[in-house]
Amino acid sequence: MRKLTPRDTILPATTVGLAPTVAQAHLAATGLGPAYDGISHFALSPEDFLPVVVLAFFVGLRGPREARLVLTALPPCWFLGGFAALLDLVHATVVLAALTSILFLTIGGALAANAKLPTSLSILVAAALGTVRGSADFAGVHDNLPNIVALLGICTGVFSAFAIAASVTLPLQRLWAIIAARVSGSWLAALGLLLAGWIWRYGALASR
Amino acid sequence: MKRFAGRWATATVFVALITFLPSAALAHIVKGEATGFVSGFEHPISGFDHIVAMIAVGLWGAQLRMPAIWLLPVTFPLVMAFGGFLGLIGVPLPGSELAIALSGLCLGAAVLTEFRPALWVAAILVGIFGLFHGYAHGAELPPGQNALLYSIGFVLATGLLHITGILIGILHRWPWGKIVLRGAGAVVLCGGAFFLWNALI
Repeated sequence: MRKLTPRDTILPATTVGLAPTVAQAHLAATGLGPAYDGISHFALSPEDFLPVVVLAFFVGLRGPREARLVLTALPPCWFLGGFAALLDLVHATVVLAALTSILFLTIGGALAANAKLPTSLSILVAAALGTVRGSADFAGVHDNLPNIVALLGICTGVFSAFAIAASVTLPLQRLWAIIAARVSGSWLAALGLLLAGWIWRYGALASR
Repeated sequence: MKRFAGRWATATVFVALITFLPSAALAHIVKGEATGFVSGFEHPISGFDHIVAMIAVGLWGAQLRMPAIWLLPVTFPLVMAFGGFLGLIGVPLPGSELAIALSGLCLGAAVLTEFRPALWVAAILVGIFGLFHGYAHGAELPPGQNALLYSIGFVLATGLLHITGILIGILHRWPWGKIVLRGAGAVVLCGGAFFLWNALI
């Protein structure tokens, strides 16, 4: 049996060296920086991620022009909503949760019905989604530089997720694939209805 | 051989070191969230009356073919969620247990006989049953869960049950498959009769 050389121990040593003492998947304190915290916050928050993807499916089915226009509106509105919350202009209330459930219902319902909305209305819905969810993400958070960078990170996540999901939907021709996209809209609308019921029954408890 | 032994030793050291990794991996578990998703996912699949009805919707949709095969699964979650909404806000809807039992009976009979009504009739029938199923779920929702994750689990499980029904419904392409589907309809019908019996006594 050959003796172990230093090279044989590189992989185990590196693995152990990089192993965290506690696995903090939400990156609250990983040291990766606020931008990555923002991106991971978006990716790990279904209330942010799901409507963005479903909205992208919806406008993706409408064609590249509408998808591009909505893509240019959504992240800036998200930033404005978040920035307004950082400036303490918006507070975390049950109203934000209720608006979120209405947006789930609107976006999901539009996709499920494959509604032929005017482009201006699609942009308006995207702007509302960005403003509401951006505000909800940063309500009660102080306006220091790392938080603004985190907000930029979230906007980057929004832009990327929307662009990828819309580009996946744009070339869809097969009926079953379009139906699958529409079913996802139906599921989001169902989520919106259930959330509305939760908010009605439990109020602020449901908006956690 | 020596090379193999060296790699074996490396792997052994690697595995041994892996065992020293921390056990406190707190990945993603924010208090209450995992419970919310899991309990939401479990809710629709925890009762056979719900399972057979939802799978039967998929089977019937497959028998009715286009556009029912996609219209029913798109419609059902929405109507069911509306029923859940009514249950959550406390609107009284008497006879929901009876209607749920009847749904198994009627949907089973529809699959068994390959009943082909007009599309709007099928959609309304499925919608009414979906409303009662959703209502029962909504009225029973436990407090203190994470609303969003619970709802995601709930809707996902419901949708997956439909997809299961639709996938089984692919058998309808073949003559023997049609017989199998009708047999499945008979099983759902018997289940519905059993649940109806339990609801009445």
